[in-house]
Amino acid sequence: MVDDLSFTVRPGHVTGFLGPNGAGKSTTMRMMLGLDRPTAGRVLIDGEPYGLFPEPLRRVGAMLDASAVHGGRSAHNHLLWLARTNRIPGARVREVLAAVGLEDVAGKRAKGFSLGMTQRLGIAAALLGDPPVLLFDEPVNGLDPEGVLWIRNLLKGLAAEGRTVFVSSHLMSETALTAEHLVVIGRGRLLADTTVSRFVEANSRSYVRIRTPEPERMRDVLAAAGIQVEETRDGALEAYGTEAARLGELAAVNGLTVHEVSTQRASLEEAFMRLTGDAVEYRAGGGRR
Amino acid sequence: MSATSTRVTAEGRATVSAASAWAVVTAEWTKIRTVRSTFWTLPLTFVLSVGLGHLIGLSFADGVSGREETFDPLFAAFYGLTLGQLPLVAFGVLLVGAEYTSGTIRASLAAVPRRGLFYGGKAFTGLLTALAVSVVTVVATFLVSQAALGRYGTSLGAEGALPAVVAACLYLTLICVFAMGVATMLRSSTLSLGVLLPVFFLGSQGLGNVPGLKVVTQYLPDQVAAVAMHLTGPAGDPRFGRDYGAWTGMGILVLWVVAALVGGYLVLRRRDA
Repeated sequence: MVDDLSFTVRPGHVTGFLGPNGAGKSTTMRMMLGLDRPTAGRVLIDGEPYGLFPEPLRRVGAMLDASAVHGGRSAHNHLLWLARTNRIPGARVREVLAAVGLEDVAGKRAKGFSLGMTQRLGIAAALLGDPPVLLFDEPVNGLDPEGVLWIRNLLKGLAAEGRTVFVSSHLMSETALTAEHLVVIGRGRLLADTTVSRFVEANSRSYVRIRTPEPERMRDVLAAAGIQVEETRDGALEAYGTEAARLGELAAVNGLTVHEVSTQRASLEEAFMRLTGDAVEYRAGGGRR
Repeated sequence: MSATSTRVTAEGRATVSAASAWAVVTAEWTKIRTVRSTFWTLPLTFVLSVGLGHLIGLSFADGVSGREETFDPLFAAFYGLTLGQLPLVAFGVLLVGAEYTSGTIRASLAAVPRRGLFYGGKAFTGLLTALAVSVVTVVATFLVSQAALGRYGTSLGAEGALPAVVAACLYLTLICVFAMGVATMLRSSTLSLGVLLPVFFLGSQGLGNVPGLKVVTQYLPDQVAAVAMHLTGPAGDPRFGRDYGAWTGMGILVLWVVAALVGGYLVLRRRDA
């Protein structure tokens, strides 16, 4: 379910497309390629619907579901039939196989491929037409750390070549490592359309963490100073809207023993969680997290 | 690139160039020749048909004496096709069904977003392949079966032989395309084979000849070409005869094929991939 979603993706950047599972990321990407039809509205790429491109693989490369390969067909032959549909020369198949590091298994049937190899084959298929626009749906899902690193660098490299790279993910921290721009959706609605740095600034509150053997007295002191405090489960205090230096001074003036005073920043993942919290479709029972 | 939500339907019209149509055909041919399970149904069609033609010819050669009057050597030529057609039906089903089983339908439609072009290209490639296999199979089956019949055999030049051979080629080709249409409607290889093979197998075992059922079953797609292929006995035969003539039967088969193809197209066009 996607409802009234409108955003623009620009070339030369990796744009992260974020949302919790079930938010409508895959549906949106499938609608971009004309695989699913919107009940109303349309998707335009370079001002045109995808379905009107005579040779769409040369305009948009997509990896939506890398496992959608016939197990009985070799990697080379899978790319070959794809190339034929858009009159892409057969030599390009060997180029993209080399680009994703699959040239040694080009003749092997896809059913023997590991998840990582299948993912690479999916990326090779997306690169086949040397398209200026690339869509990837959850490209790092299920990959080992080496594969994740490889994808990160690949995405950045493709954007550096001036391509538009649009990558969906349900992991904020992963996206922050590659993307410069963010589109966040929840329950099919747009929640944010901003740069990563602005998103971090706006969404990660900082606070000061204090640990003391006399939490009751510390609370009174801080309350008297007009500072908002919350107690955490491990007995520490979190003070908002203030700085570590001021808290240290307050403790010294009041003769309080302090074991820890540290400035904390809410992680990106927490910020993302807070943003999409109301929009999560399926949540484990028992209230907020 | 932009994704906007305005109240406009996403239908546009684009012309189909001959080049892009040919591109789809070459892609579909590449799909056919690069998956073993699909490709091997084709030689299997040939081997099964020719082999059965040979065996049936031999068995008739021994049993004809005494009833030469009513013996039709063309029956011996094409009776084996009732089983020999099954791998070719499986070919038609797999060509379409494998797209859904493996999920490549999404890659196919992303590469060829005009669904009519994709479907037309696929059906045309399947038809050409089936036609080539059918011609080779039918001619070989005819020659082998007639050789096995020995002195009871006939030749291509004999009266009625050539039309029957042409009818058999058309039948095999059309039944394969029919299977493609059914598989597109059902979007599954197993479901399509589960529906088509029992019907066609039972058909060849005489479903079209069962007295009570015959009123209806003689019009099933695997039955309607039987007259043209000399599988129904002499005209007016009370048990095996049909209520329609040879080429009317072939016309009914064409209607079946058109219906299956149109049904497949409607499903492909309306459903999300």
